[in-house]
Amino acid sequence: MFTDALSQAVWLLRSFEGDTFAIILLSLRVSLTAVAIATLIGLPLGALTAVTRFPGRAGVVVALNTTMGLPAVIVGVGVYLVLSRSGPLGVLGLLFTPTAMIVAQATLTTPLIAALTRQVVEDAWRLHGETLRSLRLSLPARVRVLLWDCRFSLVAVFLAGLGRAMSEVGSVMIVGGNIDRVTRVMTTAIALETSKGDLALALALGIVLLGLVLVLNMLASAIRAATMRRYGH
Amino acid sequence: MATLRSIRQRLKTAAARLSARLSATLPATAALPAAAALSAAVLLAAPLAAQAQESIVVASTTSTEQSGLFRHLLPAFEKESGIQVKVVAVGTGQALDIGRRGDADVVFVHDAKAEEKFMAEGYGVGRHEVMYNDFILVGPKSDPAHVGGGKDILEAMRKIAAAGAPFASRGDRSGTHAAELRYWEAAGVDLSPAKGKWYKETGSGMGPTLNTASGLNAYALTDRGTWLSFKNRGELAILVEGDKRLFNQYGVMLVNPAKHPQVKRQAGQKFIDWLISPEGQATIAGYKINGEQLFFPNARK
Amino acid sequence: MATEDRASLLSLRAVTFRTDERVILDAVDFEWGDAGICALMGANGSGKTVLLRTIHGLLAPSSGDVRFEGRRRAGGDLAFEGQALMFQYPSLFRGTALENLLLVPCAGTSRRARRTRALAMLERVGLRALAHAPAPRLSGGERQRLALARAWMIAPRLLLLDEPTASLDPSATEQVEQIVRDIRASGCRVLMTSHNLGQVARLADEVVFIDHGRLLERQPTTAFFAHPRSREARQFLQGVLPWQLSDRSGND
Repeated sequence: MFTDALSQAVWLLRSFEGDTFAIILLSLRVSLTAVAIATLIGLPLGALTAVTRFPGRAGVVVALNTTMGLPAVIVGVGVYLVLSRSGPLGVLGLLFTPTAMIVAQATLTTPLIAALTRQVVEDAWRLHGETLRSLRLSLPARVRVLLWDCRFSLVAVFLAGLGRAMSEVGSVMIVGGNIDRVTRVMTTAIALETSKGDLALALALGIVLLGLVLVLNMLASAIRAATMRRYGH
Repeated sequence: MATLRSIRQRLKTAAARLSARLSATLPATAALPAAAALSAAVLLAAPLAAQAQESIVVASTTSTEQSGLFRHLLPAFEKESGIQVKVVAVGTGQALDIGRRGDADVVFVHDAKAEEKFMAEGYGVGRHEVMYNDFILVGPKSDPAHVGGGKDILEAMRKIAAAGAPFASRGDRSGTHAAELRYWEAAGVDLSPAKGKWYKETGSGMGPTLNTASGLNAYALTDRGTWLSFKNRGELAILVEGDKRLFNQYGVMLVNPAKHPQVKRQAGQKFIDWLISPEGQATIAGYKINGEQLFFPNARK
Repeated sequence: MATEDRASLLSLRAVTFRTDERVILDAVDFEWGDAGICALMGANGSGKTVLLRTIHGLLAPSSGDVRFEGRRRAGGDLAFEGQALMFQYPSLFRGTALENLLLVPCAGTSRRARRTRALAMLERVGLRALAHAPAPRLSGGERQRLALARAWMIAPRLLLLDEPTASLDPSATEQVEQIVRDIRASGCRVLMTSHNLGQVARLADEVVFIDHGRLLERQPTTAFFAHPRSREARQFLQGVLPWQLSDRSGND
């Protein structure tokens, strides 16, 4: 029965007006770029919060942990209002483009990456802090060494962000507009086919999305296992 | 089984090699953000090339999009004009709001009253009628309110209210929803006691509302286009059609460049002109599902 | 010569370290500049580890003055420049032994030069063959030797050791002790804490005895073992536990 559904899914996808690959490619492009940006911002942010003490630090930690679970729709509406022609950044004309989707997903995943990085780096700091102080490493050097020490966990953090970005529909739907061939990604295509009543096709697309997310998680697991074997922790 | 094991072996060695490479050197710390930046650059560069073509944003309705009309219509226009048309499909109310905010160049909806208000407020210029299709009343084959085969939509709605039979409404300020509310009013039905009882407002597009109707075996008002492409019919069938009042007029407007200077006036106007041109009208008429024509062009020059 | 050396290296004046619950270091006065190895002895909880960390600059005393080479510690949270500290359980990073050494900052040297130096250090502590082995997976003795190599790479003028061989077997202990001798021979002074009477007898030139945060005694090693001056030191050497003292009322 399962193989039946699977073969029907494959057949449906092939007859999906030749769009499936384009949609998958766009999903990957948008989410990869967004999470790459989120990592560029969130990684140093999280690492610095972990190793420095400053007034209001506790507030920052709470803010990060709260915003990392923000519902995607809220981010979508927020970014929409900012990028709309009637909004502050309207002159950029970014609404309803893949760039807007990248902005939305980057906004969505940056707190996640920052919060997880902070947790990971803080644990490493607790372990290695005295050694780093004893070796007289400057703040940038400490951050660099700790990030390097935690590199495997950080790859897992990146993959977690990627999983979140690829699975969300709330923000890309609102800021992208689900425009045929321009801003339609896997999740919005699934939403559209469902609303059209074409549940079989929606399910087929869902299986593809699930497959991608599964590959990501398997990769994260494999890296974690390899780390354990090599370094014991 | 042997192949599974060898696959696992290969995955293991690949992961081990990946982790060995990751642990290679100290500068690996810089590698992660560097790789991130590089992939961002590569990924972003690709589409910039494609955006050299001129494009307009058209705010339209879910029913129009889901009927498949645009897939049929737009390639013809794009080939002739070289202008890419990007359709954002939402409810009529939302489409008009997008126009008010200046996030679209053209608005193409089906709610004459709302469109006239839009024009009166100064957000739109140059309204043209483009085409019409009709609404139909669908419902369960068992037809508890006995409206099947009737030709009077108002009578049918009175019967449904009297019987308290479940009715699924879009409830989303769309053109269809606005029309539906006008019929209830004209039929003299007061909906306030019914809400939450037999009158269900889904707050969503035509497709999801039909899904709900199909699931609940409820009546619903839908446009013929969405119905013809709808695949999840369940027990539902067309029960009332053909009443002149079910006529559903589509209008197109250019978003007023005086209010939003960045509106692509020329390209937008080109699209509107094409829609009401004999060529555009013929293309509209040419769209059929299972041999049946969905939209009937009626632009006046 | 002697007076200048003694005043210049390490100088503690009335150093006290207090927590909310109790006083850990109690007005410690300590001047030290002799070449050689000095052993800090005392029972568990006597304050040895806190004293070592205070000397290194990882802890700030509640009151009193700590000077290394005549200067107070610079601001910030860094340890004293010119010192290295080896913990009983050194923390190593997730990399190879060589990579752990390459982390050590050496101003103004090229990567090539640092790599050569790191490999030379590994050679000196007998870990050259394990240069590319994952550091956290090394045995206890190997980890200790790697930590010593790391400390040695800074070329410190004072090396602090916190129970360096407490968790090691006899052969590993011997290897570590030999390295400590080599470091001392290269001109670096060594200050170590140890429980191991035999080790102190083998390695140290001088013994400083601490009890309940007070510096009670200071003597050359052989003299200390032969004639400990304080009652607490005598009891420590004989292995008597402090809370048994009340039973031996007349026998001090």
